[in-house]
Amino acid sequence: MFANHQPIVPATIPAPNGEYAIEAQGLSVFYGGFRAVKDIALKVRTRKITAFIGPSGCGKSTLLRAFNRMNELIPTAHAAGAVLYHGQDIYAPDVDPVEVRRRIGMVFQKANPFPKTIYENVAWGATINGYRGNMAELVEQSLRQTALWDEVKDKLQQSALALSGGQQQRLCIARAIAVKPDIILMDEPASALDPIATLKIEELMRELAGAYTLVIVTHNMQQAARVSDVTAMMMLADSQRTGMVIEVGSTKTIFTRPKDKRTEDYVTGRFG
Amino acid sequence: MSAETNGPLGGAEQTFDAGLPQRKRVAVAWHTLFLASTIIGVIALTALLYTVINQSFGLVAVQNRIEPASLAVDGVPLAQLTQEQYVAILQANLSPGVFRRYDSEQPFTERSRENLYALVLERVVQPRYVKTWPLIAAFFDRAAIETEVARDFPGAKLVFRSWVTPDFLRSPQASAPELAGVRTAILGSLWTILITILTALPIGVGAAIYLEEYARASWATRLIRTNITNLAGVPSIIYGMLGLAIFVRGAEALTSGAAFGLADPTTANGRTILSAGLTLALLILPLLIINAQEAIRAVPRSLRQARYGLGATQWQTIWRHVLPSALPGILTGTILAISRAIGETAPLVVIGASTFIVVDPNGPFAKFTTLPIQIYQWTSRPQPQFRNLAAAAILVLLALLLTMNTSAVLLRNRYSRRA
Repeated sequence: MFANHQPIVPATIPAPNGEYAIEAQGLSVFYGGFRAVKDIALKVRTRKITAFIGPSGCGKSTLLRAFNRMNELIPTAHAAGAVLYHGQDIYAPDVDPVEVRRRIGMVFQKANPFPKTIYENVAWGATINGYRGNMAELVEQSLRQTALWDEVKDKLQQSALALSGGQQQRLCIARAIAVKPDIILMDEPASALDPIATLKIEELMRELAGAYTLVIVTHNMQQAARVSDVTAMMMLADSQRTGMVIEVGSTKTIFTRPKDKRTEDYVTGRFG
Repeated sequence: MSAETNGPLGGAEQTFDAGLPQRKRVAVAWHTLFLASTIIGVIALTALLYTVINQSFGLVAVQNRIEPASLAVDGVPLAQLTQEQYVAILQANLSPGVFRRYDSEQPFTERSRENLYALVLERVVQPRYVKTWPLIAAFFDRAAIETEVARDFPGAKLVFRSWVTPDFLRSPQASAPELAGVRTAILGSLWTILITILTALPIGVGAAIYLEEYARASWATRLIRTNITNLAGVPSIIYGMLGLAIFVRGAEALTSGAAFGLADPTTANGRTILSAGLTLALLILPLLIINAQEAIRAVPRSLRQARYGLGATQWQTIWRHVLPSALPGILTGTILAISRAIGETAPLVVIGASTFIVVDPNGPFAKFTTLPIQIYQWTSRPQPQFRNLAAAAILVLLALLLTMNTSAVLLRNRYSRRA
């Protein structure tokens, strides 16, 4: 009747450890009556970069958003199956999606800094989550982790909208890591950037992979090949236009010796 | 290719080109029609402004009961006499009862010189406007008017007068057109609007937030939304009936202030500023809700998602993002709705606005009149001078509305610059 989200104290979500950070089991996502992705069984390795590749409209973003219950912001969307986050199903009725999204952060395709100062952008998530530590320290640390500190340390009180596109996107990443997630989902984070800014984002991803588990969606084959450790190939698998993961493997294997003919066609650019 | 050529480009194909001149003629016809509509609109607006301004300024023939010159003492003109001399004049010309009444209101010895002079002018000199002429006549028929005054009103003086004066704004309603002003009406309008804003804004924004952010898509919400849109089109007099039934009669104990022991003994019923404000709040509530819903819907989704993505709750997202971003839009719509409420007359007539009040309203439980009610009352008076007063009051109302609409536009511009 009231909020879509039940503000129930979540079942204890265990601390990040183990080989897999998050795992989809028999996951389907629906928009109203339409099934966008189905039968997803996927294990995401801890502190590695997993890339989703595949043609447009095959459900990569939908699957990515299912990993932190972001799809629920669309009124008609719902999921079936399970997503295990260190063994706990994040779709279990007693799990609060707000808690899920703090631990599993998200960076969007288009840089979307808040129309506030740089400092406030980074501090925002921590503030609303009731962070009790030293905020200035947290902001500096987050900006250093995204290699943005030296560029912005003298203008922390200026509007974030004055930054370049690449800087804005790195600010969004800094903003995401300031709430101390252990998984960061990135939906085509560099697709709106020029090649140099893209390269910086890619370097940043490699550095972040030491501390965080990253899942990225990309349309750029080279980016997937350069950055990711594991690649999942998605495709519209049936006549109902439902997306499926057709092959998962180490990035090297997917790009050099794919088992599936469709993967091979796609990564070599022969896909129609 | 057809042999037929009917344009400078030549060699036109019969299949396509035949109708071009015809199409152009149709376009010209429509063009003319639209231009005509615009011109008619401009003419109507000009006519309105012409009438109002024509009546707000003009010539008046002033006739004094006693000429000020005859009140001069030892060659000193009336305007330069002393306080004691003014009191002497008053005593000589007023009946003893009236003189005592003024003295008991405020002793003559404590009154200022200006106050006494004004009193002498009002009670002794008693200037009366025996006839008025509008602005245009004042310019073009001056000679004819002067002859008319000399013939019909010997002793009267012809003066050019603006009916909108600081005194007009400062004086309360009065039965003599020379003295009547809009002070009580302006204060009544402001009090009523204050109550309307305080009630309608939180309820309207609250309902809009609920409908946009919380309510799930169901037949019930769809029904509510459709009905709110329909309510925005209900004639305002119906809201007057509703206000009469609910606020004036139903909740009389509350709206008259009796429940709080604050009832105005001269009204002793619910026909108060509070009832008027609440009725107007009901009237503009649908407009406010629709407008706030649109403002909330226009908040970009990307920032909303970013905030959810950082672990913000729904309320944190609404309070820290949606509302601040939607606020300029909400305020713009609110001001436009308020300016509609300021101009409303019909519902206030129904709930019982007073047409003649000389005392300033002193709170939500006072009797009230408003600017449009005052205008309505003046236009229905037989003396032509009241028509000038009505025109002047219309100018005041228009100025008030224009100020509000300008602030709405400024707000909107600021908003679009930021976005």
